[in-house]
Amino acid sequence: MVAFGQFLEVLISGLLAGVLYSLVALGFVLIFKASGVFNFAQGAMVLLAGLALVRALDLMVAKGMPFWGAVIVGLVFAAAVMSLTAYLVERFVLGPLVNQDGLTLFMATIGVTFIIEGGAQMLFGAEVYPLPLFPTDAWFLFEKTFEGGILVSKIDVWGGMIAAVLVVGLALFFQRTKTGRALRAVADDHAAAQSVGISLDWIWFIVWLVAGLVALVAATVWGTKLGVQFSITFLALKALPVLIIGGFTSVPGAIVGGLIVGAGEKIAEAYLGPSIGGGIEYWFAYVLALAVLLARPQGLFGERIIERI
Amino acid sequence: MLKLTMALAAVAVGATAAAAPALAQQNEQFLPSLVYRTGPYAPNGIPFANGVADYWTLLNERDGGINGVKIVFEECETGYATDKGVECYERLKGKGPTGAGYFSPLSTGITFALTEKVPGDKIPLLTMGYGRSESRNGAVFPWNFVAVGSYWTAADVAVQHIAKELGGVDKLKGKKISLVYHDSPYGKEPIAALEERAKKNGFTFKAIPVTHPGVEQKSQWLSIRQDRPDYVLLWGWGVMNSTAVKEAAAVGYPRDKVIGVWWSGAEPDVTPAGEQSKGYKALMLQHGAGKFKVHADLDKFVISKNKTATKDDYAQVLYNRGLLNSMLGTEAIRTAMKKYGNKPMTGEQIRWGFENLNLTEARIKELGFEGMVSPIKLSCQDHQGADVARVQQWDGKEWKIISGYYKADLSILDPMVKDASAKYAAEKKITPRDCSKES
Repeated sequence: MVAFGQFLEVLISGLLAGVLYSLVALGFVLIFKASGVFNFAQGAMVLLAGLALVRALDLMVAKGMPFWGAVIVGLVFAAAVMSLTAYLVERFVLGPLVNQDGLTLFMATIGVTFIIEGGAQMLFGAEVYPLPLFPTDAWFLFEKTFEGGILVSKIDVWGGMIAAVLVVGLALFFQRTKTGRALRAVADDHAAAQSVGISLDWIWFIVWLVAGLVALVAATVWGTKLGVQFSITFLALKALPVLIIGGFTSVPGAIVGGLIVGAGEKIAEAYLGPSIGGGIEYWFAYVLALAVLLARPQGLFGERIIERI
Repeated sequence: MLKLTMALAAVAVGATAAAAPALAQQNEQFLPSLVYRTGPYAPNGIPFANGVADYWTLLNERDGGINGVKIVFEECETGYATDKGVECYERLKGKGPTGAGYFSPLSTGITFALTEKVPGDKIPLLTMGYGRSESRNGAVFPWNFVAVGSYWTAADVAVQHIAKELGGVDKLKGKKISLVYHDSPYGKEPIAALEERAKKNGFTFKAIPVTHPGVEQKSQWLSIRQDRPDYVLLWGWGVMNSTAVKEAAAVGYPRDKVIGVWWSGAEPDVTPAGEQSKGYKALMLQHGAGKFKVHADLDKFVISKNKTATKDDYAQVLYNRGLLNSMLGTEAIRTAMKKYGNKPMTGEQIRWGFENLNLTEARIKELGFEGMVSPIKLSCQDHQGADVARVQQWDGKEWKIISGYYKADLSILDPMVKDASAKYAAEKKITPRDCSKES
C-alpha cells in the first residue's frame, strides 16, 4: 500500500509538472501553427515577460503601491513589453524573410533568442527575483489511506488550472474567430494567404503577441515556482520533447505531450534512476520523444503533411 | 634642411609618445578574470566577480598596485561553461608584459579542463574552495592551488557538524544521510569523502543527482520524502540551491536538517525562497557576510569614488569571497616579488609566491581581513594550507554563525589525497616533484 501511495504521488506530481511544461510548449505551437516557424526564442520570451513583470511589480511595491495593484501594473507593463517585442520581431526579423525557407526562419529565431536573452538581462538585471503570486506549499491527500498522505503541490495545481483555461481560450480563438482562421491560413501557405488579402504583417504581429502573452502566463507560474531568473529559458528544452510527442500544430497535443513527458520522466527518475545512477529525467523525455518519432513522426496529434512531388 | 629637421623632430616626438605607454605597460601585472555575469549561474557569479574586481581596484587606488606594479585586469564571460572557459583562458593567457598572472575560473568543470593546460603554459590555477580535492598534493599538481579548503574538507566538516548536533560521532551509526548534488564534476567531488565517512562512522549514505541547471528537483525530493534521511547535504550552485530549499519546504523536509556546502550558502541561495529558507544551514569557507576592516578601505577608495563593480551585493557572502580570492592571489604575487623584485611577475614566479605564501594572523590583520579568515600557509607539498570551516544558519533575514571552527579529519582525508593524486599521476604519466629539494 505504501509503495502504491508513493507511485501515485510520483505520478500526480509528474502529470502536474507536465502541464507546466505544456504552458511553455503552447507558445511554440501557436507560432508554428500560424507561421510554420519553430520559434526557438519561446524560452527567452518567458524570461523577458517574467523579468518585465517582476521588476515593474517590485518598483511599484517599493513606491508604496498595494501588492495586487502592483501585480496589475506589472502585468500591463509586461504585456506592453511583449507587444513591443512582437512588433520588433515582425518588423525587423520575420517581415524581411517572408516566403523564405522554414529553416531560415528557424535560424532567425535563434538570433532573436540571443538578443532577447541579452537584452532582458541588460535591461532588467540578471539576479533571481522572487515572484510570490501563487501559494507554493502542498496538500497532503488521503492521509488515512497512505502513510504520510499523497503530496500535491499547490503551485502545480494552479499551473494546471491556468493551462486548462488557456487551452480552451486558444481553441476558441483558432476555431471561432476570423483572426484565428486567418492564422491557420497563413500557416498553410504564406503566399496563398497573401493572395486572398490576408495581411501577413498583421497576422505575424498578432501571433507573436499571443505567444508573448502565453509566455507571460507561463512566467507567472514558473516565476512563482523558481523565482524569475535566466534558468527559465531552459524550459524551452523541456518543451521540445513535449512538442515532438504532442505534435507541433496541436494545442491539445501540447497538453497531452506535457502529461506524457511529465509523468514519464518523473516515474523514470523515481524507479529507473536509482539503478542507473540517477539524474535521468532530462534525457529520458527525449527518449520518449524519439520513440514517438519512430512510430508517428507528426506526433500524436500533429497533422500528417503529405508533400506531392 | 629645415624640412628634414622637422621630420626628424616629429619622428622623435612620435617615438617618445609611443614609448611612454609601452614603458607603463611594462610595469603592469596582468590578471585575467573568468566571470559569469550572464546565464543561469549569474546570480552567484556576479557578486564573486565584483569582489574580485573591487579588491584589485582597491590596491590600485590605495597603494598604486602591488609594490608599485599596477594591476591591469580583464574579464572574460564564461557563462560557467567549460568550453567557453577554455576559450577565455586561451585568449587571455598571453596578455600583459608577463602573461596572465594566475587564473581563478570559479568552476570545477573549467578547473578540470585547465588542469591539463596550465603545466604547459606555466600559469597557476587558484581554485579557492573548489576544484580537484586531490590537487592539494603540490608534488603531483604543481600548478593547482585549492587554497583554504577542498570539497573533501567540506564533506568531512559537514559530517562532524551533524555528529555534534546528534550528540557525538557514535550517534552517526545507523543514521541516514543523503547528498543532493549538481550532476557535474563539482557535485560529484564530495562523494568519495562521504563514502569514506559512512564506512567509518556507520551511517547510510545515498547520493542523489540533479541535472543542470537544477530547476527540476521534484522527483529527488519526493524520494527524500519517502526515504526520510536524518540529514540532507546540498552540493548545488546557482538556481539549484534555492530550488532545493523550496522543494524541501514543499515536501515538508525540515530546513534545519539541510546543510549546504559553502557554494550553497550565499544570499542568492536563500532569498528567492523567502520564509521557506528559514533555518537552512550551510558551511562557510571560513568567512561569511558583513563588513570588516578591509571594507572601510573599500568604502574610502573604491565605493565613494564610484569605481566599484558592485550594486546590491556589497559585503555579501560571495562578494567577500571574491575579495578573499583576490587577496590570496595578490599576496602570492607580493611574496614572489620578495624573491624576484618589484616588477611584473611571470606565472612561474607567482607559483613560487603561492608555494611560499604564509598569511599569519598579523598579516591578515594588516590586510583588513581579520575575522574573515584564519592563518593560511601553503607549501610545495601542501597547496591547500587550511582545513577548517564553520557553519552558518539563515534566520530569514541574514546568515548567523552557529558554530566554531571544525578541523577536517586529516587521518581520513590525507590518505585519500595521496591515493587519488597517485592515481592521477599514474594516469597522466607525471613524475611527482620531490618537494624536499624545492627552494
